[in-house]
Amino acid sequence: MTTLLEVRNVNKRFTMGGLLGRRVINAVQDANLTLSSDKPEIFTIIGESGSGKTTLARMILGLELPTSGEISFAGKTVSHRVGRQERLDFMAKVQPVFQNPFEAFNPLKRVDRYLESTARRFLRLKSRDDLDGAMDGALQKVGLSLAEVRGRYPHEMSGGQLQRAAIARALIPNPPLLVADEPVSMVDASLRMSIVNLLKSLRDDLGVSVIYITHDLATAYYISNRLIIMQRGRIVEMGDARTVLDNPEHPYSRLLKASVLSTEDAGAGKLATDPEMVELANELVKRPGRLVDRPDGRMVMSYDRA
Amino acid sequence: MSQTTKQDILRVNDLKAYYQMNYFGVNREVRAVDGITMTVRKGEVYGIAGESSSGKTSFIKVLAAAIRPPLRVVSGTVEFDFKSGKIDVAHASPSEVERVRWRDLSYIMQGSMSVLNPVRKIGKTFRDFAFRPLGLSNEAFEARVIEHLRRLKLPPEVLNAFPHELSGGMRQRVTIGLATVCHPEFVIADEPTTALDVVVQKEVLGLIREIQQDMNSSVVFVTHDMSVHANMADRVGIIYAGRLVEEGPTREMFFAPKHPYTAHLVASLPRIGDTTQRPALEGRPPNLADPPQGCRFHPRCPLAVDKCRKDVPPLEQVGPDHRTACWRWQDVKPLVSPHVAHGVMA
Ligand SMILES: Nc1ncnc2c1ncn2[C@@H]1O[C@H](COP(=O)(O)OP(=O)(O)OP(=O)(O)O)[C@@H](O)[C@H]1O
Ligand SMILES: Nc1ncnc2c1ncn2[C@@H]1O[C@H](COP(=O)(O)OP(=O)(O)OP(=O)(O)O)[C@@H](O)[C@H]1O
Ligand SMILES: [Mg+2]
Ligand SMILES: [Mg+2]
Repeated sequence: MTTLLEVRNVNKRFTMGGLLGRRVINAVQDANLTLSSDKPEIFTIIGESGSGKTTLARMILGLELPTSGEISFAGKTVSHRVGRQERLDFMAKVQPVFQNPFEAFNPLKRVDRYLESTARRFLRLKSRDDLDGAMDGALQKVGLSLAEVRGRYPHEMSGGQLQRAAIARALIPNPPLLVADEPVSMVDASLRMSIVNLLKSLRDDLGVSVIYITHDLATAYYISNRLIIMQRGRIVEMGDARTVLDNPEHPYSRLLKASVLSTEDAGAGKLATDPEMVELANELVKRPGRLVDRPDGRMVMSYDRA
Repeated sequence: MSQTTKQDILRVNDLKAYYQMNYFGVNREVRAVDGITMTVRKGEVYGIAGESSSGKTSFIKVLAAAIRPPLRVVSGTVEFDFKSGKIDVAHASPSEVERVRWRDLSYIMQGSMSVLNPVRKIGKTFRDFAFRPLGLSNEAFEARVIEHLRRLKLPPEVLNAFPHELSGGMRQRVTIGLATVCHPEFVIADEPTTALDVVVQKEVLGLIREIQQDMNSSVVFVTHDMSVHANMADRVGIIYAGRLVEEGPTREMFFAPKHPYTAHLVASLPRIGDTTQRPALEGRPPNLADPPQGCRFHPRCPLAVDKCRKDVPPLEQVGPDHRTACWRWQDVKPLVSPHVAHGVMA
């Protein structure tokens, strides 16, 4: 097996606030995961708001350095303390897609210009024909075309089109890995499915691996190979997506699944959660624990006796 | 659900609001809100859903008196009946709007986690917006804000943080806190919980409802998440191509929709445990600069007949509190039943 991405014993600490009321936050604690380059997969991160998902993604993208531990991509340590060329080579291989397409694009810059600058930068293309070809190729992969996009500003496109354009931009350098942080949370159900199906076909047809961060358990179930569930900086459960979601074992994972709103009682105003489940999940946050292997191949955090 | 009375707090009458632009001498007009008439009652939670780019944000921006050029109100009225007096926000002066903002009417913008002032600490921002309207002493104000944040599952330390030091979902909860700490009579929210995990989302929705019920205030909120509508809203309205195409009591909208677009929307929800391909809507979203003739949904509608291509269907009463704009509403079949939905979720 050749390793595409390896995250080993990674920790990230932040200090928040000024001189008064300073507080240390363990945003990511002892994260370990490996993606293989032989078998492209959709690797999903779900979990609590503020549990470190974006921080982990930013470290994988080299936008943030771990406080300790190591992240390597194709055998090389990910770091922003490298030369410009090396940094560019890395960025071409690991591309981000951010949550809010309206933020990702500069409102005053035409969308095609943005794609063009990506093509110039990573593919070092110069001629008009080469640039157009690269842009159109990437846009075709997401069901758009250069003809549709040319000349348009971000606000002149719908949220879903813009999100597809953002994915197309990320595909221009033909990266083996995409890191998509909540790419579907702002679009309607129909577009959500078309974007999720797009990620699936990138994996199946183009061999792209995807790290998919989401709060939507249903799409996670639908497209992921493996997933991790994070709570307050720690990975508390990890394994085959369907095995975990069909039958979550960790109390926080169970709480998560139980909290998904359903439509079966539409109109009844059901918003209650089981207080015992909440209390149990919260109590575990303070206890030291470690991931242990389970017979069905998943890993679940187990805690020392209090 | 909520204690809804029959008294209206908001009346929107034939509202039209367009983006009017001029590119290199060519005028272009996007008819984002194109003739919406609706009311919201005191103590009611009204949910709005619809396709991406159908005009939902534009519509509630007008309600929130938060529009800026190139968006302009072309015609119609938006009348609120607050305890402090009546106001038509589509025609009010900036100072009249300022008077009702935050205390009577508050607005949580779409993507609002990105609108917090990046160089101002959260505590300062709370002071800027809420100190005067609340009229409390310093200590009482601080205690009130901390208690409010606690209900949103945020620790008091966030008051000391800059926005970039918080996660997306934490920032989203901060903006919900800002919009609700003064307990306004009317809250307008655009995708208020999209960045939250489902556990926190449920708690935050519960909090919004608690405040709403305590104060018998009204809430209008937009979201793509139909399961949020199912559990939050008293009534749901569906916007398609700048128009309200159906509105009705929540349960009826899910299990007895009277517009083919609504039927599609409530059926497109994926569920855990389900790996079958969901039906995507055929065809392209309508172009609001040049919308289709007749019923705007006809090019994508499985029930369309000749009449639909020519004549615009009016929004007509089809049951108590239930209106739809479809020539063939009697033939619309629900794509999900309460029974089936139950089976899939189990
Ligand atoms: N630059 C920073 N300075 C200080 N603290 C930070 C910084 N960035 C993140 N944090 C903290 O790290 C923790 C994890 O944040 P992160 O953004 O990774 O969460 P997340 O899992 O992506 O949450 P969400 O689902 O809400 O987006 C939070 O407590 C946050 O306040
Ligand atoms: N500032 C603007 N200038 C020109 N057109 C705009 C502007 N803002 C929005 N539009 C257009 O108005 C239409 C309605 O947009 P709006 O943001 O109201 O949609 P929405 O229903 O809220 O969509 P979403 O679900 O993606 O948030 C779209 O066609 C959009 O491109
Ligand atoms: Mg995040
Ligand atoms: Mg919107």
